[in-house]
Amino acid sequence: MNGMSDDIRRRVQDHPCYSEEAHHHFARMHAAVAPACNIQCHYCNRKYDCANESRPGVVSELLTPEQAVKKTLAVAAAIPRMSVLGIAGPGDPLANPERTFATFRSLAEMAPDIKLCVSTNGLALPDSVEELAQHNIDHVTITINCVDPDVGAKIYPWIFWKNQRVFGREAAEILIGQQQKGLEMLVAKGILVKVNSVMIPGVNDEHLKEVSRIVKAKGAFLHNVMPLIAEAEHGTFYGVMGQRSPSPDELKGLQDACEGDMNMMRHCRQCRADAVGLLGEDRGAEFTMEKVEAMVIDEEFSRAAMARRKELRDKVTAEMDAKRARARAPAPVQQQVITLHRRPASADFSAGRPVLMAVAAKGGLVAEHFGHAREFLVYEVTGEGAKLVGHRKTDLYCDGGDTCGDGESVLAKTIRALEGCEVVLCSKIGFEPWGQIEAAGIAPNGEHPMEEIGTAAVAVWHEMLAAGKLAHAAPERQVA
Amino acid sequence: MALEIIETCVNCWACAPLCPNKAIVEAKPNFLIDADKCTECLGDFADAQCAAICPIEGAIVNELNEPLNAPGSLTGIPPERWAQAQREIAAR
Repeated sequence: MNGMSDDIRRRVQDHPCYSEEAHHHFARMHAAVAPACNIQCHYCNRKYDCANESRPGVVSELLTPEQAVKKTLAVAAAIPRMSVLGIAGPGDPLANPERTFATFRSLAEMAPDIKLCVSTNGLALPDSVEELAQHNIDHVTITINCVDPDVGAKIYPWIFWKNQRVFGREAAEILIGQQQKGLEMLVAKGILVKVNSVMIPGVNDEHLKEVSRIVKAKGAFLHNVMPLIAEAEHGTFYGVMGQRSPSPDELKGLQDACEGDMNMMRHCRQCRADAVGLLGEDRGAEFTMEKVEAMVIDEEFSRAAMARRKELRDKVTAEMDAKRARARAPAPVQQQVITLHRRPASADFSAGRPVLMAVAAKGGLVAEHFGHAREFLVYEVTGEGAKLVGHRKTDLYCDGGDTCGDGESVLAKTIRALEGCEVVLCSKIGFEPWGQIEAAGIAPNGEHPMEEIGTAAVAVWHEMLAAGKLAHAAPERQVA
Repeated sequence: MALEIIETCVNCWACAPLCPNKAIVEAKPNFLIDADKCTECLGDFADAQCAAICPIEGAIVNELNEPLNAPGSLTGIPPERWAQAQREIAAR
């Protein structure tokens, strides 16, 4: 990420949502203690109880603060790479201040190494800044979809404000005012602020460039533009009214346009308000309250778990530091690439266009079998390096069981999901999918198993360059 | 006079802390209003607080069984559009 000071890097280096590098190694958990909300958004439906959906605002079970604390300690013991506990709903955490702060208070005492963070719509934020600072909450996410009340009136039908329901433009004006005030107050306290924005084509897509400029100028350190999720079966206004979501290409275009002014987050998976595990995986089902209640979690248990977490964190941080040190010495790395891949001396680094590559990744490496990948990370690759620009979710092509019969259609869906990518990097790929992917105009590549993603992707880029594939624009691919 | 919470309530807790009479109780399958305590906020607030924050149309009704938040009034989805979407989903 560009423009990040060493101080900020230290504060985010084990936070999977605030640091792209950390998200390969560190896990988070959301405690669903905050059901009430003080606003309505057109992309949200408050009937949030669902086991199968993966989107923000959805949970399987609501927890009391006591249950949330117990669950957090259980999860953080079972998953030592867990570094963050966030409260993100299913309503608005700051519209449930007693429940939210009771959870934070206990955890700050019982698991002081776990970072606490909160995600809010911002309406009640100015009233909560003091308490957030007191509880040592170092990371706050505000969802800011607009700074113009006329745009806001198309996103927020109402807010609850000073004992009244307020509608339309007036509601949006109040909400925007509170969000901006809250942002300024947090920055003044030295709290790191990430701004989330939902990209809604035709409503706020162009406007988000201005939002990005303004929040950056006010001191937000990361902007996360996410695609609208809208399906009629979700029962949301946008879903029922047929508002479309942006394509991956449109999303990337807007993120790129905002990037000139701002650090952009590209690795968000838009997780549930009760998500558990690494970003992109959800282990929530392993930690139902029924299972957690049956566990004995005492002081000794928590102390031992904290020691295991520290050991793992020190190890991973040392590895990341070493990797960064290698990257900061650019000359040897470049020579290495040249030697390894016999790049002709005449080739020019500035020649050749960027290539989108999909990677079946694990822990920052090309380490997943094509058929086992639940998602692909998408990198924009040049001779200089590989930049994460997004991810594509897929169904499992191969689950190793007897149900692989419908593998055909799943593969077709995966190929559609990889639209725009010219290469798919994986640790291994079967003969059957290989042929179909190639026929769809994507080059499968299993020649870099267990290599670091950036190294592998840049090597493949150089092979493409040497083969003369990068002198022209990317081929237009027909999408079935 | 008293308001009533009906079964379409999603138990989101938003109303309970707002009630000036502490008339709202957590219950299964949904929250309930103690009719002996509810004053519909008369004398305290211009609007009944539970109905002013409730996100679910129709979940709070008066003694005539009329919803305080009519269909379409909170989501902005016209009821006929909602019905049409449900028919389309069922037909898939």
